Amino acid sequence: MTQSMDKVMSLPEAVRRFVPDGSHISIGGFTLNRNPMAAVYEIIRQRVRNLHLYAHSNGQGMDELVGAGCVARLEIAYGGTGRFAPTCIRFRKAVEEGSLVVEDYSNYQMTLRFMAGAMGVPFLPTRSGLGTDLLERWGFSEELRRSDPRIPDRKLSVIENPFGRWAGASRLVAVPAIHPDVTLLHVQQADAQGTARIQGLTFADVEQAKAARRLVLTCEEVVETEALRSDPDRNHIPFFNVDAVVPVPWGAYPTACFRYYDYDPRYLSDYRTYASSDEGWQSYLETFVYGVSGHEELLDRMGAERREAIRADGRTGYANNLDRR
Amino acid sequence: MTSTDDYTLREMMTVAAAREIRDGEIVFCGTGISMVAAMAAKHISAPNSVIFFETGAVDSLLEEVPMAVADSRVMFWTSVNGGLADAFATMQNPFTGPRVVGILGAAQIDRFGNLNSTVIGDYAAPRVRFSGSGGACDVASFVGRTLLFMQHEPRKFVERLDYRTSPGWLDGPEARQRTGLAGGGPAAVITNMAIMRFDEKSREMYLDGTYPGIRPEAVLDRMSFQVDVSRAKPVSPPTADELDILRRICDPQRLILG
Repeated sequence: MTQSMDKVMSLPEAVRRFVPDGSHISIGGFTLNRNPMAAVYEIIRQRVRNLHLYAHSNGQGMDELVGAGCVARLEIAYGGTGRFAPTCIRFRKAVEEGSLVVEDYSNYQMTLRFMAGAMGVPFLPTRSGLGTDLLERWGFSEELRRSDPRIPDRKLSVIENPFGRWAGASRLVAVPAIHPDVTLLHVQQADAQGTARIQGLTFADVEQAKAARRLVLTCEEVVETEALRSDPDRNHIPFFNVDAVVPVPWGAYPTACFRYYDYDPRYLSDYRTYASSDEGWQSYLETFVYGVSGHEELLDRMGAERREAIRADGRTGYANNLDRR
Repeated sequence: MTSTDDYTLREMMTVAAAREIRDGEIVFCGTGISMVAAMAAKHISAPNSVIFFETGAVDSLLEEVPMAVADSRVMFWTSVNGGLADAFATMQNPFTGPRVVGILGAAQIDRFGNLNSTVIGDYAAPRVRFSGSGGACDVASFVGRTLLFMQHEPRKFVERLDYRTSPGWLDGPEARQRTGLAGGGPAAVITNMAIMRFDEKSREMYLDGTYPGIRPEAVLDRMSFQVDVSRAKPVSPPTADELDILRRICDPQRLILG
């Protein structure tokens, strides 16, 4: 959280400054939409290690961070990217071979955990989780929980309704607040000071933004302050939450960015093939992540024709009749 | 003109689910076949039903079929584009939650309609890892009723779940109230062979209907626990109109129907 008027910086600098080894991080977006992919690739390129990742359903970005060995611990609700990978492939592999420690929650529980962090309360209650193994089975050991002051001692707690049977509830699940060291989001527009506008669904981005100590925004466009302040009802994040503004056109690619571009079905299908074997995965990383200097070079390699094919239609916000087989 | 003799089991399942949706219901859709079922229902029996996603999209027009619940196609021409916090609150809300029908799938189901979408094997060292709850536990905990999509296989209809991700009727009558859960519970299981429902008293699964050409015994052979088959009746095949809606309007690219 900073007050400076100009927070614009390069992506390598933002990652170097705000995502050191061992950070607790969260990333925005949902499955195959508006993941901060340029930032994810930069984190992988800088070979950041031992991250603690908080995810609700951050499909593509989560899977690539896990696959590249950046993540040691994961708190998550859903590891999938829809039809392209009902279960994210490198995530599944890491859990099955025991190289990733996982704590499972539901999507609402994770959303409420970010919201509690954003609100400054230790927990929020919900009726979701009662009667399930989300309550009974814990992934993190007691030692792990004790070893890191940034994690609470308990995964979840069941509490009696302190107001008797008020609102028809007898018992509730208390979900603990999350305070990531840094949240990274990709948004459509921001000004240099950090006021940001999201188009389409916001997912849990705003809660994730406000729960975090530091906030890095990548954006399709850095726009003049007037462009945002003349229509403030459409803005989502106030500048004082923001630490870095990084202009990255196509910064969510290969995931979608509503009203700018669609997901790239070819990339996601190829990804599935590469990710399905260890050799394929290594060659994917060497070619498309370590093998490029930055997001611009990745996009160059994909070519203009491919970008044109997924450019969003002005009426619908996605690429109409895109071949998605 | 499409022939009614010529349809896939996936199309039969989708039509069976679409027929379950009541007019005016708010339909919580997951990824895949449930979206096509919800789209079809609007053209078949429930023109005033509302398509609703956990990502926060309300009453999406769905000119094209989405590949995930966060697909930009769910964001076009909605009543409101919100976020996860709004969407789940709508389902936990005492006024709107009971109007929601949730459509869910899973890797395993037990006789009370509890679901596993997390792991096969020991949770601490799983043989197979799946996506996890996502919104499934939330939906199953909150809404008026749920429809469950399953493939009929013995390893999927199991006596005991490896992990209980989402609550069904838990361990029988009154169990949900005892545990503190509101909402209804599972209403039907729609599979590639049959429709199963849950007994009003015991809350146990029974065979309600089989698809054309499928005998009740064949369904039992594909389950690891026994259920009552005495109430089973034939499910009528998809009509030409229903198939036309699926193929021409809902999923012309056959992205979901295969």
